[in-house]
Amino acid sequence: MKQIMTGNEAIARGAWEAGCHVAAAYPGTPSSEILENIAGYDEIDAEWSTNEKVALEVASGASIAGARALAAMKHVGLNVAADPFFTMSYIGASGGFVVVTADDPGLFSSQNEQDNRWYALHAKTPMLEPSDSQECLDFVKDAFALSERFDVPLLFRVTTRICHSKSVVELGERAETAVKPYGRDPAKRVMTPASAKVRRHIIEEREKKLREFSNSCPYNRIERGENRKAGIIASGISYQHAREALESAGFPFLKLGFTYPLPDELIRKFAEGVDKLYVIEENEPYIETFVKSLGIECEGRSILPAVDELNAGIIRSAILGEKTQPGPMVSVILPPRPPVLCPGCSHRGIFYVLSKQKNIVVSSDIGCYTLGVAPPLSVTDSVICMGASVSAGIGYGKAFIKAGGPGENMKKVFSVIGDSTFFHSGITGLIDAVVNKSDSALFILDNRTTAMTGHQDNPGTGVTIKGEKTVKIDLRALCAACGVRAENIRTVSPYDIKSVEEAVKDAIASREFFVIIAVEPCALIKDVARRRAVLYCHADKEKCVGCNVCLKAGCPALVPAGGKIEINRDMCNGCGICAQICPAGAISLAGESDER
Amino acid sequence: MNNKQERAGNILLVGVGGQGTILASKVLSEGLLRAGFDVKMSEIHGMSQRGGSVSTHVKFGRKVHSPVIHEGQADMLASFEKAEAMRWLSYLRPGGMLVVNDFEIRPLSVLTGAAEYPDGLIGRLKEAVPGLLAFDAGAAASELGNAKAQNIVLLGALVKCMGLGDIAWPEVIKDVVPPKTYELNVRAFEAGQRKF
Repeated sequence: MKQIMTGNEAIARGAWEAGCHVAAAYPGTPSSEILENIAGYDEIDAEWSTNEKVALEVASGASIAGARALAAMKHVGLNVAADPFFTMSYIGASGGFVVVTADDPGLFSSQNEQDNRWYALHAKTPMLEPSDSQECLDFVKDAFALSERFDVPLLFRVTTRICHSKSVVELGERAETAVKPYGRDPAKRVMTPASAKVRRHIIEEREKKLREFSNSCPYNRIERGENRKAGIIASGISYQHAREALESAGFPFLKLGFTYPLPDELIRKFAEGVDKLYVIEENEPYIETFVKSLGIECEGRSILPAVDELNAGIIRSAILGEKTQPGPMVSVILPPRPPVLCPGCSHRGIFYVLSKQKNIVVSSDIGCYTLGVAPPLSVTDSVICMGASVSAGIGYGKAFIKAGGPGENMKKVFSVIGDSTFFHSGITGLIDAVVNKSDSALFILDNRTTAMTGHQDNPGTGVTIKGEKTVKIDLRALCAACGVRAENIRTVSPYDIKSVEEAVKDAIASREFFVIIAVEPCALIKDVARRRAVLYCHADKEKCVGCNVCLKAGCPALVPAGGKIEINRDMCNGCGICAQICPAGAISLAGESDER
Repeated sequence: MNNKQERAGNILLVGVGGQGTILASKVLSEGLLRAGFDVKMSEIHGMSQRGGSVSTHVKFGRKVHSPVIHEGQADMLASFEKAEAMRWLSYLRPGGMLVVNDFEIRPLSVLTGAAEYPDGLIGRLKEAVPGLLAFDAGAAASELGNAKAQNIVLLGALVKCMGLGDIAWPEVIKDVVPPKTYELNVRAFEAGQRKF
């Protein structure tokens, strides 16, 4: 049966068809839908893990115990999970073990553009790179067996344009695979230095076998072309862009799907048959570096950009010198349209209050609330990676003390983190802050979901990925258990500006680590949106003095019109922040719901 | 339609996060697939859906390789908002068609006074693409009872412009949209077709 599927849906389907037993992930664009789709298959035990390291370790244990296991994450998630990933390369796989890394060339939704193909080279694990949804399904289906055959976790590398593109897929059936009987083998699985040293040699032997396989496997193939003036080597989505760009040129292709270890003999053979060799790849010269290490000349980075994603136009221009005529150009200055905090967003009140404080810094984190950096709120000083808000906040404080202690240099540090990100890797920072006597303050923005990646459940929601009820972790009790004194913990509603202001005032006065938990569900959660749909704010034209103070909250529902403010009732959900900050008392809440 | 497999097209749908471009392109790709074409669709979601500029690429033909439409390559640009039509205009190939929703969503930078929303956009677009089709899809959808169906109104118009009107669209819509909204969406689709 033919269907049109995204790469992520096809990976999930392929895992199911391969008889995968256990799957774990932490959501992250562009990988999130892999586990969401896997969760729909009853035969697979799926979980949202607390973070990517946990996900990869859960899958490791399942593989060691004989099950076919998959862990999925976005590219930066593999940094978090790198520790177990590298050592699992030593331990190997009993049940097939597939690690999916979803890279983001073009940084559509990420803090960096790292190319995770280097991880395969570094950890010495085989790697598959599909170039469309059909290959996502077929390759992942084979990946479990390959992992078992070579006794090693397999890195499955996809990119945004693979994950979030739909193409036509032929579906198969599930081949039920039994979980292998468990056998204890501490010499292989307890990585003491002595056993790791033994395994180290085995890895080198495995590399040779994998290289042989790479030279003869069906994933790497030469596609004939009558024009041998040039030959093209490409993998993943770059292969598809190159195919389209060079359709008319008739060059032969070396299409690579198994990209670690790279096929040295096949590359040599291909290079011999063409006058000139091009390697087409996004971001890092991963294949090109290898080709050159074989002493083979080729062009790649010299003619293609290192930054951003590729497309057929860039490739055609670089190789054939044919520039595509862009469409009509009109010189109009357009206002930029970056993403913004939604109307009714529960983060807005926090950033509004912080924007009014003097002599503070804001160490923020990964989530919708990263947008606290955008005007007019503009409060964020730094965002590094998941969980860094809390720990970097500790460091800010230490630097300010070294800079001269109390006085002008002594800024109050506010760290800001979401609920899901706090569970992911904020807790360790919090313990560090308490034990090492940081006097920074921490906002935990508890919007009852993992919002930015599409509303996945997290340890605070009390629901599993399968929709089953489970334990709900209590943030306040958790902070107290980690040593934050009860009088230094506040719980506020971010819709209540006064209570946020009071908590911020207390935090600034405190000489000890201080936590403010701001609880209000994300306005886009379906039930919340439905419940609040009837609520809105109304601006009284007579009372409005046109001071525009309300616009400082940066809400897209507030529209200046003829020197006064109007409120877009369709967009507004009645959060009431504008009503609280209007100095003229011109805005009032309207509409009724069960909530009020 | 005969010789369908010999036909090909690149359709770029653009708009503002939350306007329903993804659902419209879902219906479009599914219809093209059923008509026997190879189809690829590429969308960007994640952070940009929070009121930012969004795009969905739909390519069809006998065989489609790259799922991405680059500058100067779109046969059809369907914009759900008029400033976005201007933003993506360079993606249109010379002689390509433009369907634009005569509808304005002012970005936050404009609301706060940091930037200006340009005047006379439809006129400027018309200078660049004389044959464009511009109408208020939201108003058309509101007449049917729900402004949110503007995405399917626009889909109806673009399908007609592309000469793809003979695919069994009501059936496709039935299988893609939530059952409760089926009738509204079919009427919205038909209203859009009448705009061409």
